[in-house]
Amino acid sequence: MFTLSGIGKQFGNGTKALEGINAEIAPGSFVALLGPSGCGKSTLLRLLAGLDTPSRGEISWGHAGRPAAGEIGYVFQDPTLLPWADAAENVYLPLRLRGVSRAEGMPRVMAALAQVGLDGFEHAKPKALSGGMRMRVSIARALVSEPALLLMDEPFGALDEFTRHKLQDDLLGLWRRTGKTVVFVTHSIYEAAYLANRIMIMTPRPGRIATILTPELPEGAGRRNSAAYHRLVAEITGDFQRIMPA
Amino acid sequence: MSRNVERVAPFAFGLIALVLWQGAVWVTHTPSYVVPGPVDIARAFWEAQGALGAGLLSTLAVTGAALLSSTVLGVFLAVAMAASPLFRSAVQPWAVVVQVTPVVAIAPLIIIWVGQPFLALVVCAVVVSFFAILSNTAAGLAATPPELMDLFRLNGATRWQVLFQLSLPYALPYFLTGLRLAGTLALVGAVVAEFVAGSGGFASGLAWEIIEASYRLQIPRMFAALLLLGAAGVGIYALLGTLERVVLAWRNGA
Repeated sequence: MFTLSGIGKQFGNGTKALEGINAEIAPGSFVALLGPSGCGKSTLLRLLAGLDTPSRGEISWGHAGRPAAGEIGYVFQDPTLLPWADAAENVYLPLRLRGVSRAEGMPRVMAALAQVGLDGFEHAKPKALSGGMRMRVSIARALVSEPALLLMDEPFGALDEFTRHKLQDDLLGLWRRTGKTVVFVTHSIYEAAYLANRIMIMTPRPGRIATILTPELPEGAGRRNSAAYHRLVAEITGDFQRIMPA
Repeated sequence: MSRNVERVAPFAFGLIALVLWQGAVWVTHTPSYVVPGPVDIARAFWEAQGALGAGLLSTLAVTGAALLSSTVLGVFLAVAMAASPLFRSAVQPWAVVVQVTPVVAIAPLIIIWVGQPFLALVVCAVVVSFFAILSNTAAGLAATPPELMDLFRLNGATRWQVLFQLSLPYALPYFLTGLRLAGTLALVGAVVAEFVAGSGGFASGLAWEIIEASYRLQIPRMFAALLLLGAAGVGIYALLGTLERVVLAWRNGA
């Protein structure tokens, strides 16, 4: 469990990106940060990763303490792979940076690639992979150090609908299998409703958490067509109409 | 079919131009010390091939040494500027000053100061060419995706790891573009320096061949040296262009 209390972030130019963010994130939960562009959700993710520091408030990490280098997996909007390295080398990168030997690291790399359904593609360079496969490599790179916390910043935003659905289902399966804590930034109501068991709805200028929902959707193949999912999408849409200034 | 025609076109055009040139020289009875025809130039080239070849080798040696030195200097400065904003703001204006100063103007000084002739020529050629490598490499270092910088930071990477495993490899295509430009610039710098040194009595390179031929009114030989110089420029450009293509294909290949 980690807790955000009174988090505020103001940039050098005076822009208030975040104000008064209070939230608890329980281990093993799938949290969606949902909101329009400019609501500070990516900024909040960067604060969680320790890539930036809050101007006010604090993040307390509970008794597990602040995650060390490599204990956080981060997936960016773009796959951001090294273009000169093949899939295996790209996934090995976080381990290499931390001094894990090739002999020890490569079996973990292969396992991570298998987890995202890319066994057999370890020697393909990014140029030879499709957009969806590149994103899978990027996810494998975040998983390879077996982080307890997986932070994802609109990872599927640039993919086509069919690929996105497939990757969403794969991510859900992965989350259920591994029990990782996932914080997932998205501006898609459908995506947040489909994936998360805790949805934090954010509003812009300055970024705040307006509502927190804790939906329970049926698992398995029927999830995307379930009445509960469609009700949830309608509920969130209604929430936005209510809280967003016209 | 049309691709073959396109491939042959520049040679056909060149051949036609040569024929017209020779024809014009014959018809107008222009003496070869005013405008030599291609036949005269070819004969001059054949007769002076030893001297011209030695001149070309000497110029290419200066160019090669300058290109190597420019690479070391340009990459080092680019890395230092990327690492330290203070160093960047201190050095960048001076790099521009060196770049915009005509090498003809400072070549006499460099030749006096450096003393050793070959080294002086190399320094002149470096002055002309290093900026292309510096500015392109700096642009490449600055183009490293910030997300990858973040990823390296998240995994506790050191500055050296960021430099050698991320920034420099990312800057490689930019560096290769800079190298291709610097190649022809180094040749220009070498020849200009040879001209200055030649008028001061130090005989070296293709430039000296041109000067000497003009002193003796051997205009066909002058043209032969000029053509050789042009061919050397095209050759260097093509060679570095091929290097660029091969390295990048190998790097990004499937």
